[in-house]
Amino acid sequence: MSDSTAIANGGQAPSNSANTANSAHGEHPPYQRHHFESVEQQADTANFAMWLFLLTEVMFFGGLFTAYLIMRNWYYQPFVVASHQLSIFWGTANTAVLIASSFTMAMGVWSAETRRRKSLLISLGLTLVFGLTFLGIKGIEWHEKWEKHHIPGEHYSVQSFVNPQSDPEVYKEYHDAPLPPDAAQKTEEYFFLYFAMTGMHALHMVIGIGILVFMIFRAKAGAYTTGHVTFVENFGLYWHFVDIIWIYLFALLYLISRH
Amino acid sequence: MSAATIVALPDQSTARIPKMNFLTKENGLLSWLLTGDHKRIATLYLISITFFFFIGGALAGLIRLELLTPQTSLMAADTYNKVFTMHGVIMVFFFLVPSVPATLGNFLIPMMIGAKDLALPKINLLSWYLYIVAGFMAIYTMAAGGVDTGWTFTTPLSTHYLNTHVISTGLAIFVAGFSSIFTGLNFIVTIHKMRAPGMTWFRLPLFVWANYAASILMVLGTPVLAITLVLVVLERLFHIGVFDPAFGGDPILFQHLFWFYSHPAVYIMILPGMGVISEVVSTFSRKRVFGYTAVAFSSVAIAVFGFFVWAHHMFIMGISNYAALIFSLLTMLVAVPSAIKIFNWAFTLYKGSITFETPMLYAFGFMGLFTIGGMTGVFLGTTGTDIHLTETYFIVAHFHFVMVGGMLMAFLAGIHFWWPKWTGRMYPEKISQLAAIVTFIGFNFTFFPQFILGMLGMPRRYAAYPPEFQALNVFSTAGATILGVGYLLPILYLTWSLKYGAVAGNNPWQATGLEWQTQSPPLTENFPEIPIMDHEAYDYEWLEKMQEKEVASVG
Amino acid sequence: MDHISPVLWQFLQKWLTHFALFPPEASTVAPESDALFFFMVLVSLIGLTIVVLLIVGFSILYSKKRHPHAVQIEGSTLLEATWTIIPLGLFLVMFVWGALLYFRIYTPPANAMNIYVVGKQWMWKAEHPGGQHEINALHVPMGRPIQITLISQDVFHSFSIPAFRVKREAIPGRYTTVWFEATAVGTYHLFCTQYCGTDHSEMIGDVIVMTPEDYKKWLESSTSGNSLAQDGERLFASLSCSACHNTRPDARGPSLANVYNAKLTLASGQTVTVDDAYLRDAILNPSQHITQGYAPIMPTYQGQISEEGVIALVEYIKNLDSDYRVQQTTNTTDVPPEIEGAKPAAGAKAPAAQKEVKP
Repeated sequence: MSDSTAIANGGQAPSNSANTANSAHGEHPPYQRHHFESVEQQADTANFAMWLFLLTEVMFFGGLFTAYLIMRNWYYQPFVVASHQLSIFWGTANTAVLIASSFTMAMGVWSAETRRRKSLLISLGLTLVFGLTFLGIKGIEWHEKWEKHHIPGEHYSVQSFVNPQSDPEVYKEYHDAPLPPDAAQKTEEYFFLYFAMTGMHALHMVIGIGILVFMIFRAKAGAYTTGHVTFVENFGLYWHFVDIIWIYLFALLYLISRH
Repeated sequence: MSAATIVALPDQSTARIPKMNFLTKENGLLSWLLTGDHKRIATLYLISITFFFFIGGALAGLIRLELLTPQTSLMAADTYNKVFTMHGVIMVFFFLVPSVPATLGNFLIPMMIGAKDLALPKINLLSWYLYIVAGFMAIYTMAAGGVDTGWTFTTPLSTHYLNTHVISTGLAIFVAGFSSIFTGLNFIVTIHKMRAPGMTWFRLPLFVWANYAASILMVLGTPVLAITLVLVVLERLFHIGVFDPAFGGDPILFQHLFWFYSHPAVYIMILPGMGVISEVVSTFSRKRVFGYTAVAFSSVAIAVFGFFVWAHHMFIMGISNYAALIFSLLTMLVAVPSAIKIFNWAFTLYKGSITFETPMLYAFGFMGLFTIGGMTGVFLGTTGTDIHLTETYFIVAHFHFVMVGGMLMAFLAGIHFWWPKWTGRMYPEKISQLAAIVTFIGFNFTFFPQFILGMLGMPRRYAAYPPEFQALNVFSTAGATILGVGYLLPILYLTWSLKYGAVAGNNPWQATGLEWQTQSPPLTENFPEIPIMDHEAYDYEWLEKMQEKEVASVG
Repeated sequence: MDHISPVLWQFLQKWLTHFALFPPEASTVAPESDALFFFMVLVSLIGLTIVVLLIVGFSILYSKKRHPHAVQIEGSTLLEATWTIIPLGLFLVMFVWGALLYFRIYTPPANAMNIYVVGKQWMWKAEHPGGQHEINALHVPMGRPIQITLISQDVFHSFSIPAFRVKREAIPGRYTTVWFEATAVGTYHLFCTQYCGTDHSEMIGDVIVMTPEDYKKWLESSTSGNSLAQDGERLFASLSCSACHNTRPDARGPSLANVYNAKLTLASGQTVTVDDAYLRDAILNPSQHITQGYAPIMPTYQGQISEEGVIALVEYIKNLDSDYRVQQTTNTTDVPPEIEGAKPAAGAKAPAAQKEVKP
């Protein structure tokens, strides 16, 4: 167990805390919270907490993935045809954007660890740009769905599935056979799950971007390049996780039908 | 010191509550609302959940009043449906799930492991704020007209057939769920990373083990409920979805997703209570808990197995016979660790030195009532009899026995046991013992007839029922009145004790935990210096040696 | 009975009915269910007694006054093993017994008479094959296995007859079944036990068990004139099913004669057994149930037909035992085969009176 040894190796003996109340604020870095015995313990704890939180996120998305996998199994043909409505071009672009952003984020973590403030700011800035690009592309894709009446609900239309030739772009690429009306109705399930999954993912991106903006301001003030890299490291974990979720989404939503 | 009690209070003429403690450290509303101190957050939680408990209890009172007569006499059927729904939602999500972990767990776990605070104090405070936000949303729902889906939100009723406030309730539970997740996350990280030197896993108090197991469930199970509620909300908003067959969805999918959390949820609710019982039984028999390792591992076993039994809530819903078989078998497996605990606690009494203070009375009540509740769970886990008994008052009686006869009694045991540590004051013993007995009697009168009603076939969630069920219902309502008195008394005398109770001193129960080796109420930082754990848990011989040293040094 | 005073007997009867601890046993499976139940009550009582005796006994023997010094005991592997294995053993006995009972209740015998029940907010509609329709009531003969095929029109309901110890969820979107054989004449409660909205507690009714002769009389007096199969035939024609499902050599759809309980190969290559659920699904989701060799042109009837209508069609198809029967159906309509989907006026035409009522 790394925990009690963290205290043993962390350097500062327990009796130190007795002095804290009396002496001029002990010998610990300003960012070490008082309930920790050492910065190592603090960093280790925060890291463990973030991994555990990501595990809860796995369970969270897991529910959506379960629903999707079951529905796809039941309604394979409609799901395949519906997935043809997604643009492989934009999907791949988004995947590339997110992977690039994970790279720049990893560079950011390295910069923080090696105390390179400028490099950190650039890396975080690029990550932010990539993140916003991702959301922009998502916006384009969603807008297209809106225009084609593929948003589930009152205005949903099965026209593109019942009569594929009415949708020449997609038809040119896939030459889908027309779906019978009851099968075409199931495409709405696909899009419900598509929006639920990409929407939940986008929400996580938005939260991540919000935190990134906060981090850029703090990084500017030098908060992460004086040895206290925990925040950047753990945020990096979160960002990579959101990236991985996207990769699964890309595979499941966009690539089902590719041979 | 009388032979009939182990209470060792300091000399009341000279004893004082320590001037510097976590309650007096800082003053002002903001010092409470922006605190990172786990003990203050626990106090905030205690006030909040007590508030919601009484709302849930009032709703229960309304239910029992309505059920005095076979017809819907007190309120319209729609209103009754809202009342039992809100009773369930509030009691489950706003009382039972956070009860022991968020109050006693928050307060005690750092002290029990020898730490100065939980690992993530800000997350702890966030957890309370999320609870409060969720609470406001629930109150809004009630004020705006309520929701009548049943706490189980069965689809497609909840998605497409009701026009009550399903969305705000779903979102309230979603937020409360994250409160729970953050509490569990905090506990797991704390127990892994913040134990004092020498505090190995097997020296931890069993209360810590129990909360650890419950935290695993909170962390892994609650997110699934969260996403399920999101899907229900989306279905209502867009009139389309994965749970309605009219659109190609499957309502059974909702059942699987919902019960995947809601079954582990019942273990989230009971495990921390079991942790309290371990502490209380040990202290009031002056003995290490019999089979410490067995009890510790059984907590984890319940947590693990608890994830594999959810479909026993769905035996009659058209799942395949073979699936039912597997879940029934697994349910039998999950029942065994609970039985193990009951016997271990009973044998802790063997060759002990037993006294009968209030916490111990509640603990005995727990052991008897949880045995009944747990055994009736086996009746329901057996597929053949479940067919007759499910969805009747037998189920209602079963879960009230384990949750109210079990968990709520354990919660009260814990509150009384740690009250002196928390407030520095003792509660008045005689009236609290009376309250415990009144609660026990009232509980049995309220809920035992419901087993019979269930066997007779009376369905649950019925506002009106055939007249031949009236006698038992009246009996049950009479019991509920007694039970209500039993729950009101503690509010009165515990509040009284804050000003007039005897000064408790560090360790009125002469207990062995680390929390009892510091002042009452504790300092904000818990310990002046981090203790080094050099003895086993429940080491009464170590305690004796310590007390001898104290006496020797004072003289 | 003469040695018991009538007053005492009256009192006893009143006591037994008003203070009953369990419902009457009115089906073949009820005594079996009760036997297992009472076994579990016995085990629980013994278990509870042991626990209470331990607690009370130890509390007295080892109270502080009597036993001032506690003896620290770590544990006992033997005891742990005992109270692990014995409860586990007992639970496994209950599991096996319960599983056998469960399979018995949910596996209808082959010769069971089928009655359809549709649950909807907030009533139970029972459809007997002979055309008898009941609301919140169910007449059944004694001594015969009866299968209930359940479905919900809207939300979850649950069909419960406590006196028979059977219960089954009525689910929207698919059939569920349960069976029983009543053993005692009388009237018993029928409850909906799955919360289904405002009038959930009003969704109750009576199950009336009659002797076979009384049942026959009841059947004759309550029929609406058409059996379910005949209703189905009417629907079959009015929905233009016969436009494709006929016996002509160039028919666009497979003939449905004798299709019930047959093994069918689908266009996807799968083989299925045609049962109630399959027929219902094929009507509502045809594109996933295309018979091999036919084009996927069948339109869906989702939204155009109620569950009762589907039941009628299913009954009709079940009784379609020959090509001749199919032709009879086709001939009673005069929908020109070319006009697809046209609602014929002939739907109002009653089928010829010489048709037999298939029970």
